[in-house]
Amino acid sequence: MTTMTMSKALNAALRDSMDADVNVVLMGEDVGQLGGVFRVTDGLRDQFGDRRVVNAPLGEAGIIGTAVGLAMRGYRPICEIQFDGFVFPGVNQIVTQLAKYRHRTLGGIGLPVVVRIPVGGGIGAIEHHSESPEIYFAHTPGLRVVTCSNPQDAYSLLRSAVECDDPVVFLEPKRRYWSKADIDTSMSVPLGQASVARSGRDVTIVAYGPTVDTALEAAEELATEGVEAEVIDLRSLAPLDLTSIFESVRRTGRLVVVHEASLSHGMGAEIAARVQEQLFYFLEAPVFRVTGFDTPYPPSRVEELWLPTVDRVIAAVRESVEH
Amino acid sequence: MTSVQTTAGPEVDEAAPIQLLSPEGELRVDARIDFDLDATDLVALYRDMVMSRRIDSEAIALQRQGELGLWPSMLGQEAAQVGAARATRTQDMLFPTYREHGIAWCRGVDPVDLLGLFRGTTLGGWNPRDNNVNVYTLVIGAQTLHACGYGMGVVRDQVVGTGDATVDTAVLVFLGDGALSEGETNEAFVWSAAMGLPVVFFIQNNQWAISAPFSTQSRVPAAQRGAGFGIPSVRVDGNDVLACLGATRAALDNARTGGGPTLIEALTYRLNPHTTSDDAGRYRPREDEDRWRALDPITRVANYLRSSGTDVEALDSRLAEESEALAVRLRAGCRALPEPSIEESFQHTYRDMPSELQRQLRVAVSHPSQSDEEQS
Repeated sequence: MTTMTMSKALNAALRDSMDADVNVVLMGEDVGQLGGVFRVTDGLRDQFGDRRVVNAPLGEAGIIGTAVGLAMRGYRPICEIQFDGFVFPGVNQIVTQLAKYRHRTLGGIGLPVVVRIPVGGGIGAIEHHSESPEIYFAHTPGLRVVTCSNPQDAYSLLRSAVECDDPVVFLEPKRRYWSKADIDTSMSVPLGQASVARSGRDVTIVAYGPTVDTALEAAEELATEGVEAEVIDLRSLAPLDLTSIFESVRRTGRLVVVHEASLSHGMGAEIAARVQEQLFYFLEAPVFRVTGFDTPYPPSRVEELWLPTVDRVIAAVRESVEH
Repeated sequence: MTSVQTTAGPEVDEAAPIQLLSPEGELRVDARIDFDLDATDLVALYRDMVMSRRIDSEAIALQRQGELGLWPSMLGQEAAQVGAARATRTQDMLFPTYREHGIAWCRGVDPVDLLGLFRGTTLGGWNPRDNNVNVYTLVIGAQTLHACGYGMGVVRDQVVGTGDATVDTAVLVFLGDGALSEGETNEAFVWSAAMGLPVVFFIQNNQWAISAPFSTQSRVPAAQRGAGFGIPSVRVDGNDVLACLGATRAALDNARTGGGPTLIEALTYRLNPHTTSDDAGRYRPREDEDRWRALDPITRVANYLRSSGTDVEALDSRLAEESEALAVRLRAGCRALPEPSIEESFQHTYRDMPSELQRQLRVAVSHPSQSDEEQS
């Protein structure tokens, strides 16, 4: 057990992945001497050299597109995209090439590429540095989409992502980079499984990435009112661990989904649709969603009004419980 | 000396494209390129071009008969493709667009396998590792970056500059004039130059990106694009198989020794419409096509062979027989291509099928398709 920030845990996962497999190559803007703008790759270039920690030219399509070619040659590239809002020039390569190549070659060649992206707001950043692009990737067949909410999962899920033979989009909640916890580097967490972050009998709150802590905080406050909320941390957005969601909602009969991404057509919509399909007669209340709004991400001085807050989660839970 | 001018682009004022064989079939010497004619099997190159053309014309016929949904013809580009492909070694990796039927032929990809993508039986058609030819890429320019990444892998595998001809490896990526405008192509130029990658960009400037003439993509010849990226570039007569072979061989040799990327612009012409669904009459004059027809890449080799004492009529009749046999095999092979199953799509989306896809597959197979119902 060691105490680490999420950023250090990710750094440890990268180091241990590169130690374990010489074919793992790291690529991204400023990932070398600087250690990345969030220092997630700190020290790796010194340890592994510039053949394995590649300072890429400034082009996101290039980072993903060359990773595709490296993977065809037998390597396991990990790409770092500097910020969520800058992934879009690379999305063509992610959607039309990376996600489809196994299918195109009838299973003959899979591309084990990890695309790491810092995501989400709440850090007082300028435009394009606070976005939540997960649904574009979750909607794309062939991709796995994974996110972490705490240092242990950050470490263990990133290790699993690197070992996975499918392409993985790995979303790192940037406002949790500095959250600290004890982590056990021998602990393995398979991709595709949600976790129960807090047990409760009255209502299920589904969250992922940066909003898990928000949901947990709301749950603690609700407990003082006598409402015991169960918090499910999705961890895998695609494929979605519906079994864990259904198991919880079958017991509680109430569901609130929380995410930073805009409301419409989001993860919340998907989860609500699945739950009503499977658990229609178990539901005691409509499914509620607490999310960002259907506007571009606002200027940072008002971002607290845009992001799902503890208060908004509590209000949604009350509405569900009182329904 | 007959030079090849772009028909739609700006007038070219730089050095003429390298030409070793004139449209009349006369040998030329060009100081920019070393070429050992004695070591070149011109009959073999001639055969490659004739057979490639036959694959192309047979596929067009199959499309007309309703056996293929679409076919992108390579008519007129035989010299560029055969010349480039015959410059490669077994270990080299090739990244085609979707029009490189002559490349596939030369590298030993079964021509029947080219048809599946256009018949709708597959999205690929062959194993890229069997002949070191990637499956066709339809998204314009996307493959240029794959070539760079593959080249990065080649460098990391230390199979560049060893001096062993059976080991040193280069990457040959094909693109057209339209791809010059894609951001990804330009990123690939940056990557390959900055990292000194063993990648050769072979641009078949066939003058047209569907209906857009070359001048829509560039105000300077494609070969001039390389300089700004620091990539040595060369312009060749793309209808001259010897120039294409010589220039590509030199570029690949340079790449294999660690000399970095080269850009080759092969000036040629897409004699047919973009695909069988296109109507070139709506955007370009017939005289343009006629002018390029007179520069036919196969005719000039026949002219040379004849003038150097080969019995071309006997050769042609042998090749007519061989290409007819190939056409028969293509027709039968096309109709015998295995029908895809919907299960395959589900099986190959991920390495292991997620439970949700297993559920959706059960839905997909529980409803007989309309065509099944019509047959029953």
